[in-house]
Amino acid sequence: MELTVNGATTYCYTGGKPFDAAKPTVVFIHGVLNDHSVWILQSRYLAHHGFNVLAVDLPGHCRSGGEAPASVEAAADFIGALLDAAGVARAALVGHSWGSLIALEAAARLGERITHLVLVGTAFPMKVSPALIEASLHEPEKALRMVNVFSRSTLAAPPSALGPGTWVFGAGMALGRRVLRSNPAVNVFHRGFVACDSYANGEAAIAAVACPVLFVLGEQDQMTHPKAAQSLIRAAQSAGRRFTVATVPVGHHQMTEAPDATLAALLAFLRQG
Amino acid sequence: MAGHADPGFDTLALHAGASPDPTTGARAVPIHLTTSFVFESSDHAAALFNLERAGHVYSRISNPTNAVFEQRMAALEGGIGAIATASGQAALHLAVATLMGAGSHIVASTALYGGSQNLLHYTMRRFGIETTFVKPGDIGGWRAAVRHNTKLFFGETVGNPGLDVLDIPTVAQIAHEARVPLLVDSTLTTPYLVKPLELGADLVYHSATKFLSGHGTVIGGVLIDGGSFDWEAAGHFPELSQPYEGFHHMVFTEESTVGAFLLRARREGLRDFGACMSPHTAWLILQGIETLSLRMERHMSNTEKVVQFLASHPLVGRVGHPLIESHPSHALANQLLRFGARGAGSVFSFDIRGSRAQGRAFIEALKIFSHLANVGDCRSLVIHPASTTHFRMSDEALAGAGIGPGTIRLSIGLEDADDLIDDLKRALKAAEKAGA
Repeated sequence: MELTVNGATTYCYTGGKPFDAAKPTVVFIHGVLNDHSVWILQSRYLAHHGFNVLAVDLPGHCRSGGEAPASVEAAADFIGALLDAAGVARAALVGHSWGSLIALEAAARLGERITHLVLVGTAFPMKVSPALIEASLHEPEKALRMVNVFSRSTLAAPPSALGPGTWVFGAGMALGRRVLRSNPAVNVFHRGFVACDSYANGEAAIAAVACPVLFVLGEQDQMTHPKAAQSLIRAAQSAGRRFTVATVPVGHHQMTEAPDATLAALLAFLRQG
Repeated sequence: MAGHADPGFDTLALHAGASPDPTTGARAVPIHLTTSFVFESSDHAAALFNLERAGHVYSRISNPTNAVFEQRMAALEGGIGAIATASGQAALHLAVATLMGAGSHIVASTALYGGSQNLLHYTMRRFGIETTFVKPGDIGGWRAAVRHNTKLFFGETVGNPGLDVLDIPTVAQIAHEARVPLLVDSTLTTPYLVKPLELGADLVYHSATKFLSGHGTVIGGVLIDGGSFDWEAAGHFPELSQPYEGFHHMVFTEESTVGAFLLRARREGLRDFGACMSPHTAWLILQGIETLSLRMERHMSNTEKVVQFLASHPLVGRVGHPLIESHPSHALANQLLRFGARGAGSVFSFDIRGSRAQGRAFIEALKIFSHLANVGDCRSLVIHPASTTHFRMSDEALAGAGIGPGTIRLSIGLEDADDLIDDLKRALKAAEKAGA
């Protein structure tokens, strides 16, 4: 469905069910050079199992208009505006990679409006190598390949987002090219990486989060290694936050290389009060 | 950059889509000869049917052995996924039937496998889908053939029977200007010799019966999506961008930004048309793919030697392979194919300077080449169109089809090249005697 957020058309996939603000709402936030479709299996399942789903294309990405966010903070403000536009009083936030930082910052800013926070493939700080940032600007195809190589953990993924016969690596490459092409005004690849790299408020944000937190980490994740999430986990612990850590035996493509395990972790957490 | 995390072609040919079986430890891909798969629960069943979870339900729609084959072909072609089909013809039909219905139009190369021509020229026309045929090298012709209802461009990497090399980048550009995808049949080249998706094509298919299987044992096909074509932006593919009543009102382009075509092709095409592949067939084709590079190298080197021999033989009038400098696709083959003109494949024709009877005498004298209607076997094959596939046609009509009374089609196999040349030499002598 399409909403108008900050004056721009914003696309949200609702999981094949009509939007119903009366149900508990889960907002899915994608990472750099991704869109809503990376969440298909998890969001479609939840939409058919009692949840209201908004899997958003961030501004300036694929089906959504508007200015692509240049920082995690700007994107977090957008999430608040999205909830307002949808008429959602309270929601769970689920973010992957860059999207996890956006979800974290949004949860910190929105306080009691956020019921659950799920950070998939997260890290803080989420530093991106200067070479990769540079390549994303000047050699995006090369950078895209690097990202997808670093993200995969297997040449034999189980049946995935397109069903059996999906080549997850190829799907990641094709989606990256499509998202990059969708915004002729801004290189959203480079802008997203810079936003990840420059975000500095992670530990303060998690201390300010009012809801329970789930970390879903890929054991073989080379993009956001589980060790790189430890600073957030420690900060959550120090602040006395309720949190859970779930690990899945794959890399950074948690939702497509381990769709069932990722869904199971999400479902168990979201069904908690 | 090839290595463990970013493997090269040969590694993918052996490993993509497969890992040791988690239950038994079996290293080779198991053959899952089962029609159906047990659900964990009623909820699991409902979720699988509704595409909320990914998995196998019924082997007409998907099967674990077939899925390995599909992933492997997608990996080798640079696609996002693939669908195994009962034959190459089934793959072509699946592509067409997924994208269009009655009232649609296709622009296709004239240089097509006869079965493809039949499907488009006769059969699909009966279902309201028309095709305009254009010579593959007639770039202006491709552009001029576009109509308001055109939904697809279609050609072969190297066309039948003359090995005209399709200028994929140029034809793809024209297709995209017309907001339609380019489908390419890459049967004769395989991804080892050319990757059409990298050159701009959107969809690729193979008769896996041929070089992918490589052993002349099974019939199969595979259709691969590059995930590059934007069906929604094109604006005239409601099959993919509008709610589909036949599947929960799903809008495939919303479900998957890059995989809408494959979603519908599997969920409708395999479900309703049912031209699926047997898991046993998938397994046999996988055995072939594991040695694809090695075999294609030998096919190429043998072909090069045979072409050189034929080109220098006084009874041979024409050798239709881009290795010959005067061949119309010589330059394009060198430009587009991975190994240049060497990579134009090992199926080609040549003309004996002589009568239909001499052509027959040539065929009957061969000892190693097998006289049959197939190509892409590890064994060398031969056919004489004037006395077999086209025997009812007059010499004049044959000429119109680009076939002479002495035209011979060869599919060069993996035998010793010297033995093949010796066989051809003896048969040419027999043909010469038959004309005396």
